[in-house]
Amino acid sequence: MTDMAHPPAAPAKRRARLGLLRRLNLSTWIGLVIVVALVLAAIFAPWLTEYSPSKQNILHQLSPPGDGHLLGTDQYGRDIWARLLYGARYSLTIGILAIVAAMIVGTFLGMIAGFLGGRTDIVLMQVMDVILAFPALILGLALVALIGATMGNIIIAIAFTATPAFARIARAGVMTQRDREYAQACRALGFSGPRILFRHIMPAILPEVMVMSSLWMATAVRTEASLAFIGLGLAPPTPTWGGMVREGYDNILSSFHLALAPSIAILLLVLAFNLIGDGLRDVVDPRLKDAS
Amino acid sequence: MTDAAISVRDLRVSFSGKEVVHGLSFDIPRGGTLALVGESGSGKSVTSLAIMGLLPQGIGRATGEITFGGRNLLGLSERDMCRIRGGEISMIFQEPMTSLNPVQRVGDQLAEVIRLHRGLSGAELEEAVLEMMRKVRIPAPEKRLRQYPHTFSGGMRQRIMIAMALACSPSLIIADEPTTALDVTVQAQTLQLLKDLQQETGAAVLFITHDMGVVAEVADEVLVMRHGKVIEHGAVHDVFSSPRDPYTADLIRAAPTLAGARPEARPAPEPLPGGALPAAAEAGGAGAPVLEVRDLKVRFPVHGGLLGRVQGNVHAVENVSLSIARGETLGLVGESGSGKSTIGKAIIDLAPRQGGEIRIAGQRIDYRDRASLAAMRRKVQMIFQDPYGSLDARQSVGSAILEPMLVHGLAKGAEAQERMAWLMEKVGLDPARAGSLPHEFSGGQRQRICIARALAMEPELIIADEAVSALDVSIKGQIIDLMIGLQEELGVSYLFVSHDMSAVERICDRVAVMYFGEIVEIGPTPEVIRQPGHPYTRRLLSAIPITHPDQRGSRTPILTEDKPTSPIKPVGFQSPPAQWGRLGSDHFVRCEA
Repeated sequence: MTDMAHPPAAPAKRRARLGLLRRLNLSTWIGLVIVVALVLAAIFAPWLTEYSPSKQNILHQLSPPGDGHLLGTDQYGRDIWARLLYGARYSLTIGILAIVAAMIVGTFLGMIAGFLGGRTDIVLMQVMDVILAFPALILGLALVALIGATMGNIIIAIAFTATPAFARIARAGVMTQRDREYAQACRALGFSGPRILFRHIMPAILPEVMVMSSLWMATAVRTEASLAFIGLGLAPPTPTWGGMVREGYDNILSSFHLALAPSIAILLLVLAFNLIGDGLRDVVDPRLKDAS
Repeated sequence: MTDAAISVRDLRVSFSGKEVVHGLSFDIPRGGTLALVGESGSGKSVTSLAIMGLLPQGIGRATGEITFGGRNLLGLSERDMCRIRGGEISMIFQEPMTSLNPVQRVGDQLAEVIRLHRGLSGAELEEAVLEMMRKVRIPAPEKRLRQYPHTFSGGMRQRIMIAMALACSPSLIIADEPTTALDVTVQAQTLQLLKDLQQETGAAVLFITHDMGVVAEVADEVLVMRHGKVIEHGAVHDVFSSPRDPYTADLIRAAPTLAGARPEARPAPEPLPGGALPAAAEAGGAGAPVLEVRDLKVRFPVHGGLLGRVQGNVHAVENVSLSIARGETLGLVGESGSGKSTIGKAIIDLAPRQGGEIRIAGQRIDYRDRASLAAMRRKVQMIFQDPYGSLDARQSVGSAILEPMLVHGLAKGAEAQERMAWLMEKVGLDPARAGSLPHEFSGGQRQRICIARALAMEPELIIADEAVSALDVSIKGQIIDLMIGLQEELGVSYLFVSHDMSAVERICDRVAVMYFGEIVEIGPTPEVIRQPGHPYTRRLLSAIPITHPDQRGSRTPILTEDKPTSPIKPVGFQSPPAQWGRLGSDHFVRCEA
């Protein structure tokens, strides 16, 4: 360890960045490809289908896949492929935005609690524990019922349920880093608390938080679909995947593809986020990191 | 070589195709001790793992021949190796704290080894366990048997590890840095015990260490490794008297020299009138001292009982007074738990203070006042033991050196950049590497970075907390030279906290000896080391390993069993005022009642 060759600084840095990409494992790659494909499909939906997601067509009710409609039509004659593509916009937006919000708020609160300790820690984490004690779906349901089912409110409700998870992981991370020698060295150098916390400790705990956020995005997508399924999602003409499953459920015996197509879409997205999260966790795992 | 316990021929070890041990050959006769000496990365520990068949599977590969008991160990199956490991070859590890299972009773752990390899059970087994514990001199083994490892001191845990290693009368013991984590007085006891037991059982010992003093104490033969190659191999007397390789000579020279001499016993001095330590005599030089500490107390509460009430206090630092003159280095020596590090931390507010007064450059520090605290932080800096741990792994070293200047507004922009480059040059680093991250540097270079970062604040005092203890011998010397050079050029003072007497000898003008939170002796370094006045100082010095095998037997460590007192005192306990006596013009010693 002591006498290793020292490459010049710049290439080493670039290699470190490339290294992370190269260290990504197969499951992360599969997850990334699926998510990127879905994002592109959502963005370029108008180019991928000629139909509108909400235009009804009485003449083509419940038509099977093929026959001009790639995945068939629902009971109002709306094109399912188009509804899936446009629905991806809502699932992705809600899933990602809710978790980003939860990540920012939760991580911040958790870091403060872990760094200050004492009474602040007790109060903050007790509140988090109370939130965590509710099942995410029930809590989301109650919140949406309370504040109304608009896009913003659904994001807020899901973010609320995910916040404690981030607070916990950030707090644990900060508490282990806080007593490390480098943090002590910072204090000895007379750096202020916020500077030590946000400049020096935060970068150390962010990888873990990132892994967590990817796993929680899967949960957020599922929660959103579940809310829509029980009728607390965005109002009907809006094509949401959960809503499509619910509508397909009414005709499940005659035309099962109505529920199957959005179910597969949900499955794919949840699976992709989980794959990314699991893969990243393996890469970020400190036990593997020191192996080189 | 029929009487060799183990015979290694042309051992080569490679990891993923990269060779790290390049052809190693040695024999250890029955009852003999071979010391394998080298610094980190020299391949000495890898060699021991290869013999035990414990190289990481699929990555590590060993070729050559290891003949043990008529078989080549490298050709054996994992099942056969299992029978040999712990039975015929056993190993003692460096970390007695982590090598024992914390949730199993000590007796059970010892019993498990004996049961597995000797097949004893019931009363017979318990008798065998007790016998082993008696052998390694654990007091009251019948009681200790049923206790958990955390109630054992480090030295006792290492003795349990030795008992486990010896339980099945192995013909070879591999001791991998067995005393490195122990205090010197405990190290002396452990080495003595190992030697006695080896004589009794006739086992061969492969002793892996980086400390030539320990080698001088125990080895018959020495093998010095560097970068996976053997650079010196011979009988211990020959190697110490006429080392062939300059690297070996460096290693030998790194051992403490002053302390090698037998300390002269001195009669205890009469207490001074009033008994207190005269303030004027504390600092060596003229002018206002950089640091003055008066009656510093640091206590940590001990919680206990159902309600977690404070039941007592650990008196980590008790009535410590000292001062350091400008450009002077004061050493603070003592064993682990003596409170020496806590003093440094209390000064820069990383540990709480329960009393006392601290003055920096004549100004009293009010730790509740932000301005006073900020002034202290600018004048006092700290260097830690683990340079990698004390640097932010994600921050480039240049920015690590810049940050304190920017935060404290000492310099800005181009001026700060210039100063950073100047500092890097000052500590012997290439300023072009400012953009590199800490992991791209070696251990010694990282400590240089930490020194540069401390110097960025233009401090008057640097507290070096075991700053060279974790470094390899050859690098340690360079860092000490750097610190001395910087002191001469910049006039900075050091509070040098260390348990390493060779480092203290080289850098410290004066030294203070700590024992259970109190200073028991303070004076000029040569005087304290050659003519120690306090019984504890004498005991500490007598435990330091000898510097040449010829000195074996010339110095007997003063051994005592375990802790005489506890630093945990009931709430409200006041220690009696110390009585000081004078030994030299500025050499003082505590008079024991």
